[in-house]
Amino acid sequence: MMNWTAVGRAVATAAIVLCSAVVRGEPAEICAVPGYLLFGDSKLDRAHAAVLKDHELRILTLGGTSSSLPGPDGPSSAYPSRLEAALTRRLPGVKVTVTTVPMPRQTAAEMAKSIDKLLIDQKPSLVVWQTGTYDAVRGTDPEEFRASVSGGVERLQEGGADVVLVNMQYSPRTESIVAVGAYADGIRWVSREREVPVFDRLAIMRHWYDQGQFDLYKATKDMKLAKSVHDCLGRALGATIIDAAQLGARHGTMPQQ
Amino acid sequence: MLENPPWPPQLRYPAAVSMPLPSVTLQEFIGYRRSMASIVQSPMIQAPAAQAPVVPAGRDLRLDLFRGLALWLIFLDHVPNNILAWFTIRNYGFSDATEIFIFISGYTAAFVYGRSMQERGFIVAGARILKRAWQLYVAHVFLFAIYIAEIAYVASSFENPLYVEEMNTLDFLKTPDVTIMQALLLKFKPANMDVLPLYIVLLMVFPLALWLLLRRASVALALSVALYVLAWEFGWNFEAYPSGHWYFNPLAWQLLFVFGAWCALGGAARIAPALRSPITVWLAVAYLVCSFAVTMTWYFPRLGFLIPHWLGEWMYPIDKTNLDVLRFAHFLALAALTVRFIPRTWPVLQSRWLKPAIMCGQNSLEIFCLGVFLAFAAHFVMVEFYGGPAMQVVISMAGILIMIATAWVISWYKRMEGRGSGTPKRPPDADLAGGEA
Repeated sequence: MMNWTAVGRAVATAAIVLCSAVVRGEPAEICAVPGYLLFGDSKLDRAHAAVLKDHELRILTLGGTSSSLPGPDGPSSAYPSRLEAALTRRLPGVKVTVTTVPMPRQTAAEMAKSIDKLLIDQKPSLVVWQTGTYDAVRGTDPEEFRASVSGGVERLQEGGADVVLVNMQYSPRTESIVAVGAYADGIRWVSREREVPVFDRLAIMRHWYDQGQFDLYKATKDMKLAKSVHDCLGRALGATIIDAAQLGARHGTMPQQ
Repeated sequence: MLENPPWPPQLRYPAAVSMPLPSVTLQEFIGYRRSMASIVQSPMIQAPAAQAPVVPAGRDLRLDLFRGLALWLIFLDHVPNNILAWFTIRNYGFSDATEIFIFISGYTAAFVYGRSMQERGFIVAGARILKRAWQLYVAHVFLFAIYIAEIAYVASSFENPLYVEEMNTLDFLKTPDVTIMQALLLKFKPANMDVLPLYIVLLMVFPLALWLLLRRASVALALSVALYVLAWEFGWNFEAYPSGHWYFNPLAWQLLFVFGAWCALGGAARIAPALRSPITVWLAVAYLVCSFAVTMTWYFPRLGFLIPHWLGEWMYPIDKTNLDVLRFAHFLALAALTVRFIPRTWPVLQSRWLKPAIMCGQNSLEIFCLGVFLAFAAHFVMVEFYGGPAMQVVISMAGILIMIATAWVISWYKRMEGRGSGTPKRPPDADLAGGEA
């Protein structure tokens, strides 16, 4: 019985430590994200080489509707454009181009079909692949989803590009309608299997929400909130890429620029 | 509020294991008696089983306790973005409360309906099991109606350019003809409503499984394992709507249910010596520690280097839909340690502090459904008012208190009904062993 108590105590201690790690967070600077959400140990060697050798970083973003914003200035406010701006700021002397390929209402399997053509057309050194939301909406088999993403990443890597996977948005209003957990797990597993960084948009946006930076429950037609969120996403994604491509000193959190 | 309800509650069936029936061979009967006896034995108080079989003095409160706790954990996990969900076991290992719930449900189903089948025969017991499945189906449809009401409301007030894609999830509201039909067929199952359909399917075939379990327990378990392996090998699962398959594959999860039933009908006695061995304890501890470490690497990617590549290749993905072997093993390790260190006679089980959880476990169908409903209600409150961490804590605590209060009322009602009916020997009811769902 003593052992059992000890085990219980250990679990409780771990739980408390973990909780405090979650709750503590960072000072409420806009866009701040704790390092453990941004940085992993997978490397982007091709992006690294492209920047050092050619002083050029060609990025292709594939994504569903949640990688874009509606309206006339939607494209320039969405996170791919904000990523380009953030990287341009942080990598002086490097020509950063981010090309967006919108793929609304496509499952991961459907997106993966266009990969070969895109690689030939665009020749990116880095592909940011956002997927999972539409699969979750459709209720694709999580195992099939994982296999599609895994196959897609493999083809991208064979085609000479580095990959960063981006998972779903945190959407508190639809949380009890669509279960995204299994698809987020699938993306995480592919990122392990193929050793590619994953940009955990779900956890990052949840962190912002928990910290009170953005009220993501809000029902509004106003673009202001959406634009700020995408701007922060662009910066955070830039920080992940710079870290994984080993293009700058590690900061623990994102530098404010 | 909880002043001295009689505790433990009155048993309404004879506590002693019943006389052998013609349909059961003597050997099987002895095995059954032994199993019943050895469930009672704590590892610490080892009475020789063959000599003087100890008759179970009442229900095994551990089952009620852990089922009650599992119901609370399932509720906490279902409240959206709940900070208290960090306290639930799914974050510290491979398995989660669902495994506990299904295993205990199999155990109690075999315990209750096994007795019924021995006393009244296959037809009567089978009819009772199917009646229970029907109750679960009605409960599921009722919850679905509440779900649709909530979602329709949320959808009507949902407008945000950030979430254009997520709004697609509400498309099913535009085609109620298809959606409702698919829901009645158990093919369309909204988030958090996957467990009851699994349970309904399991109960529908349980009469046959139980029939075999009572005759050739090992054969039944072997068949269950075989089905599990075949489902893995050939990717068998039930179709879902609008696409994909059931989130909890009944063909895989039946293993846990049948294993629970097998334990109740003598299996626990057979594996008891192994459970008592220190090797088992250390293996279980080692496995739990390892799975804890692996889980931590999910939350802290920087720790990823701790998992060698070959291990990740072999281990991932850990499949919940098909009850991954690693999850099953994790549950077994938890169960082994629980049985080893919490004897059935543990005095704390009688304490007033555990009573709330035990009461919830004893009324599990009602409390499970209430938990699903409360999770919807919590989501609604968070959408309408505020969903920050403070609110999450308040909502979670309030939800558990409501579950406890409801369980108390239901227990009171059942006691009152039991007394008033004037028939002290009512037929065994599933709730007596802790309910079914």
